[in-house]
Amino acid sequence: MLEVTDLRVKYDTIRVIHGVSLNVREGELVALIGANGAGKSTILKTLSGLLKPESGEILFNGQPIGGLACHKIVQQGIVQVPEGRQIFSKMTIKENLRLGAFLEVSRKRWEQNLERVFTLFPILKERYHQVAGTMSGGEQQMLAIGRALLSNPRLLLLDEPSMGLSPLMTEQVFDVLRTLKQEGITMLLVEQNAYDALEISDRTYILETGTITLEGDSRRLINDPGVKQAYLGGV
Amino acid sequence: MDTLYVLSQLVNGLKLGSVYAMVAIGYSIVYGILRLINFAHGDIMTVAVYTILSLVTIFGLPLWMSIGASVVMAVVVGLIAERTAYRPLRAAGEETTLVSSLAVSIFLQNLMMMIFSPQRKAFHLPENLTFLHNFNGIRLSTMNIITFIAVIVILVILTFVIKRTRVGMAMRACSDNMDASRLMGININHVVVIAFIIGSSLAALSGLMLAGEYKTIDPMMGFVPGLKAFCAAVLGGIGSLGGAVLGGFVLGVAEMLFAGLMPTEITPYRDAFVFVVLILVLMVRPNGILGSREGGRS
Ligand SMILES: Nc1ncnc2c1ncn2[C@@H]1O[C@H](COP(=O)(O)OP(=O)(O)OP(=O)(O)O)[C@@H](O)[C@H]1O
Ligand SMILES: [Mg+2]
Repeated sequence: MLEVTDLRVKYDTIRVIHGVSLNVREGELVALIGANGAGKSTILKTLSGLLKPESGEILFNGQPIGGLACHKIVQQGIVQVPEGRQIFSKMTIKENLRLGAFLEVSRKRWEQNLERVFTLFPILKERYHQVAGTMSGGEQQMLAIGRALLSNPRLLLLDEPSMGLSPLMTEQVFDVLRTLKQEGITMLLVEQNAYDALEISDRTYILETGTITLEGDSRRLINDPGVKQAYLGGV
Repeated sequence: MDTLYVLSQLVNGLKLGSVYAMVAIGYSIVYGILRLINFAHGDIMTVAVYTILSLVTIFGLPLWMSIGASVVMAVVVGLIAERTAYRPLRAAGEETTLVSSLAVSIFLQNLMMMIFSPQRKAFHLPENLTFLHNFNGIRLSTMNIITFIAVIVILVILTFVIKRTRVGMAMRACSDNMDASRLMGININHVVVIAFIIGSSLAALSGLMLAGEYKTIDPMMGFVPGLKAFCAAVLGGIGSLGGAVLGGFVLGVAEMLFAGLMPTEITPYRDAFVFVVLILVLMVRPNGILGSREGGRS
């Protein structure tokens, strides 16, 4: 579904992604893990069109999308839940969700998608008319995911959805991701929380300073001594 | 000092205030989305006014047609500025586009001087617009009344558009969080273009009103009123249209009361007074009269 080949991305003069290749197949949940500053967010932003690739190829269902304007990429069904939630803090939950369904394609399915989001996150229904900026961090994360689901994603990009959340809240977010996976939504998940990410995903890429250093089946990586040492806090 | 005099100064203040309000709405719409203080806004008024003057005096076009053409001209100039001077610098930050808008302002002033000479020119509206109605000693021209009503009507329409329509929602989203708006599939360049179309059209209309009031025009005429209207927008709470209008009226009234009631030795400092009012209000309410507590910036 998504095929990235030899992607390079730079900010002004500093290159931070040095030839990354990765792919996500239909229905898969793929994790991308790595330390702070490895370039995870940069990759997701490039996939979404917020950043332009310096070189390399990005194919989505066989079509090249690298360098397209953001709205064109969203139109094709690549939807991102950005790092730090990025909700519309001065607007209500309702308006945030409506913005998720801004495009024609998703507006048509507003009713049924909203129903589904309310089932996943009952809190959003309760707080429907509350100003989003006044919600707790965890609630805002749910809003960010809910908003993305209203965009009718074919591929969902999640940038550290557990960031800043309590263990309980993190558990809840991962439960939702499991549910979405069962529903067959294709996802690329960026996480610092390596253990949870490895556990939930089918395959994992490990990114170190802009290069993929390890990739493979998550079941296998979770038992890999090297990975244990570097990312799972020892044995 | 009799009450009628005070009252008529008050009305003069509202007259001036409605022009400021109109300009301030345009400022506010663009600022709200781009956080761009568009110094060239005032000079777009000037361009519009010269367009009207040339079309009427040189080409003999009827006034209404010239006004229409001036709006088109203002929009074209606004969009060219956006495309060439602001959009390429958008990623560089607010300070950069601010400087760039000063450059556009100076460029437009000089262009006007080259084309039309720096000399003042007379600008007369037809009699039916300048006709003075007498309300118990307070005199208002037809144009003043139209201006006042136009400000209120425009405020109501734009508020409706921004609160209730899809385009308006996209505008509010961009104002709240630009990157998130892009991730929603909003074409932000469209939104910015719409903001400039609205802003420039309003600049054209306010230019007409300003020129009608002054009865003379010159290539620099837009700059200071533009600055004051920006103050009005900040005073009212920048980003809020109601705030822009309120700020415009407050500033207009304050300025006219100062000009009318203070000793004649200090009245020449009325422009300075306007900025003092701004500073005082911001000391008490840093986000303006109607501005939100957490601040208009995100
Ligand atoms: N706007 C920018 N300008 C210049 N350099 C940037 C910019 N944004 C990120 N970088 C740099 O690019 C590198 C990768 O950043 P990125 O945000 O992609 O990391 P990350 O893997 O998402 O980290 P984290 O886990 O902390 O979110 C970092 O070294 C960062 O300093
Ligand atoms: Mg990141």
